[in-house]
Amino acid sequence: MIREFSSADILFIVSAVRWTLILSAIAFLGGAMGGLLIALSRTSHSKALRRMAAGFIQIFQGTPLLMQLFLVYFGLAVVGLPINPLLAAAVALTLHASAYLGEIWRGAIEAVPSGQTEAATALSLSYPDRMRHVILPQAMRVATAPTVGFLVQLIKGTSLASIIGFTELTRAGQIINNATFKPFLVFGTVAILYFILCWPLSLLARHMEARMRRAITR
Amino acid sequence: MTEHAIIMRAVNKFYGDFHALVDIDLTVERGERIVICGPSGSGKSTLIRTINQLEPIQSGTITVDGVELTAGGDNVAKVRQDVGMVFQSFNLFPHMTVLENCMLAPMKTRKTPRAEAEETARRYLERVKIPEQAGKYPAQLSGGQQQRVAIARALCMKPRIMLFDEPTSALDPEMVKEVLDTMIDLAREGMTMLCVTHEMEFARAVADRVIFMDKGLIVEENAPEAFFGSPKNERLQNFLGQIA
Repeated sequence: MIREFSSADILFIVSAVRWTLILSAIAFLGGAMGGLLIALSRTSHSKALRRMAAGFIQIFQGTPLLMQLFLVYFGLAVVGLPINPLLAAAVALTLHASAYLGEIWRGAIEAVPSGQTEAATALSLSYPDRMRHVILPQAMRVATAPTVGFLVQLIKGTSLASIIGFTELTRAGQIINNATFKPFLVFGTVAILYFILCWPLSLLARHMEARMRRAITR
Repeated sequence: MTEHAIIMRAVNKFYGDFHALVDIDLTVERGERIVICGPSGSGKSTLIRTINQLEPIQSGTITVDGVELTAGGDNVAKVRQDVGMVFQSFNLFPHMTVLENCMLAPMKTRKTPRAEAEETARRYLERVKIPEQAGKYPAQLSGGQQQRVAIARALCMKPRIMLFDEPTSALDPEMVKEVLDTMIDLAREGMTMLCVTHEMEFARAVADRVIFMDKGLIVEENAPEAFFGSPKNERLQNFLGQIA
């Protein structure tokens, strides 16, 4: 029953990379929208909004991503939706990314000197104009490097979706390993593929961080 | 049109337990130039920051150009459009050029068309004598130039009242004059001005009235000659002795 590890197997694993990328993209874009809402709530004047956002962050930073995946996956069935691994993984990873990006961006918003808000307020700019034209463009400079850093974490985190049966890179490796029983070879290949995805991003994050530090000390 | 530019009645402001402004009564006439001085922590900056509600107050009323700030609605936004403010630390927007700094608020809050906003911005940059810096970023300018941009940025909203919060305190000595000259020009043109500053030469040159604050109270107010010539309050006498 056990067959050889062939080039067709490698092709199968490589083609699963696209699902890892699709899942990462969905989670990152969803998380960017959710994270912006969380960050704005955390820095708002409303105590209720601040508390709610803080609670959301604590729940998602204080529980394992795997449990979040399980809860969403089985939770879909509880609310009567069909069990769908891609949907469950996308929702869970989006919520997870929202919490982390929200916290990163809250820090970036708070890093913008309060004089900027005061000057914009004194010029009678409304809250949306203040955020859009004055605060967020400055916060973005601070946030870019840690955001790319988190994207690397997120890509690696999608591997957990294999456990609820979504066939991304890791799950593709498991399937091939079950047929060929060459775990070192198979998972070595899988690991190399993750590395090829993540390493350039890590370099980019480090490069941006260094550039930021130079800009600050200048 | 009301006669008074600003009317403050029984204004009280607390930071927690700290009583920052104590029963402040102040009336500012149109076109009046007022200089406010006092030791640090006396409430002078807080006072002018309540006029555009950068600092909310706990009791009392503030009426600016006939609009009562504390009455709610969009009164605060209305007042802020008519009240320009210049800060000690300039607070220019570092990611925008000088010109963009000056155009943002008119375009967003007054809905001024871009071409008109740019024309106005260039005119005011001319007036503060730095038209050639329009395309630069704030970090490329000296402190004095940045503060003049900040004044131009506030003027682009065509305010009827200008507030200055220690505008020269963060400047190197050789740059103080260029900013004060700009302010003196503005005063001569009849702008209603409230300036928190320790530049007593400026107070003598342009102020109609000088106000001394201590511990959240207006302790003494007078025309400059009497204020500097024959100060009545002992704390003011000490203060003038220290800064002279």
